Amino acid sequence: MSIRGKTAIVGVAESDLGEVGPGFTPLDLIGQATNRALADAGLEKGDVDGLFSASVYYQMPTLSVGEYLGIRPRYSDATMMGGSSFVSHLLHATVAIEAGLCEVALITYASTQLSDGGFRGVSDPPNPYETPYEPRYPVSMYALSASRHMHEYGTTREQLAEVAVAAREWAKLNPKAFVRNDLSVEDVLASRLVSSPLSILDCCLVTDGGGALLVTSAERAKDLRKPPVYLLGVGEAHWHRNISQMPDLTTTAATDSGRRAYDMARVGPEDVDVAMLYDAFTINPILFLEDLGFCEKGEGGTFVEGGRIAPGGELAVNTNGGGLSYNHPGMYGLLLLIEAVRQLRGECTERQVGDAEIALAHGNGGVLSSQVTALLGTESVL
Amino acid sequence: MEELSEKKASVEAPAVAYRRHLENGKLGYQRCTDCSVAVFYPRVLCPFCGSSALEWCESVGRGTVYATTAVHSRNRAPRNVVLVDLDEGFRMMSRIEGVPAEEVEIGTRVRFEVHQVDEPVAVFVREES
Repeated sequence: MSIRGKTAIVGVAESDLGEVGPGFTPLDLIGQATNRALADAGLEKGDVDGLFSASVYYQMPTLSVGEYLGIRPRYSDATMMGGSSFVSHLLHATVAIEAGLCEVALITYASTQLSDGGFRGVSDPPNPYETPYEPRYPVSMYALSASRHMHEYGTTREQLAEVAVAAREWAKLNPKAFVRNDLSVEDVLASRLVSSPLSILDCCLVTDGGGALLVTSAERAKDLRKPPVYLLGVGEAHWHRNISQMPDLTTTAATDSGRRAYDMARVGPEDVDVAMLYDAFTINPILFLEDLGFCEKGEGGTFVEGGRIAPGGELAVNTNGGGLSYNHPGMYGLLLLIEAVRQLRGECTERQVGDAEIALAHGNGGVLSSQVTALLGTESVL
Repeated sequence: MEELSEKKASVEAPAVAYRRHLENGKLGYQRCTDCSVAVFYPRVLCPFCGSSALEWCESVGRGTVYATTAVHSRNRAPRNVVLVDLDEGFRMMSRIEGVPAEEVEIGTRVRFEVHQVDEPVAVFVREES
């Protein structure tokens, strides 16, 4: 039995973003986002009977979220595999809805890391095989991948910088983007190295923020406020947790998650109008463009040259400005789904991609560890 | 020493056995006696075939730099972090000592040493040509 087209995203919203100020908690932002998403969908809080969340703040996130919101779910899923978790929740929610275990699923997340003093990540116990060498988590792990990609395929720092510049050009079209000033390849190359070959401008932002997303059956979705955005296909994959266990640092498990998602959706990369590719670091979209079939392995660096993924380029990538220039509240997978939905609804004003019917939303988690790919579509492609 | 390590393999925690090898100046790793693959980090089962028949081995300690980064922090010199592919067929994180952090190159042949400050740590130096 295929789950293609069986569920739809019917409500999306961000919380306040950027820097929300002292005293606000992630749960406060989840509350903001949830109310906005319910209003977007035309649903009531009492309609929600499935709850999905992940967190680095709360060890039992759906319990904390359920309590704060006053939701008593009959289906609860706190799958945690980093920033991709929320794309994974979309699959899990669809399966639960199809099985009749819940009808309206709320997927929500927020962080107040910037207002709390800076990057806040996971707190695994020390790893005796990595911790003694003091890599900076997670940037050094992505830097190791970038070093290998440069070595094997001749990818350059200039090409990495092109990813940051394209994201900034999109961000200039998004009033909600955290940074919108001019950025050049030269600026990226001249910025402070954090973990070579990655400089500070090759790294995503550290911001507050969060979001909420409502999923229900395709049948129920038809009667709600906004045009449904259907889930066409989704696939998840993970091969490692620690970077020293990643089999080939230039090939991610997105090769598996993407194939699973494309097969379920019965589409290919050539059908994608908007690609939201989790850009925690500039190397990420290069790897994902390759692993998700937009170009051959090793050609990602060339692919992003000359503004090809910037506004007006050949492929619309990360149209909200991405984790690099829009917002990155610790985990970003939910926010890239929200942008994909808005593009398919035609709500993106200045940055709207014309006639967008199919969007790919790709989440990444850990240190290139978990990969989850979703394909979303309008009613016209069902 | 070899006899001791074999006897203890089934009762000693993998991380403890690894540490004991380092304390003796050795780089320990495991080999699966069923599928022959080299296993690192140490575990209680082979992640390739699932067998629990893992035996401890001592690496010759020679390998090749697979990936490298220099980590920059305020108020200290950049430090190098690498992944090294050992000749026995396993990969580990480490650092290359005796070379400026930014000058470590992928493909460089390196040799294992134990670096002891508070704890014994497996590090590498460039192999003399």
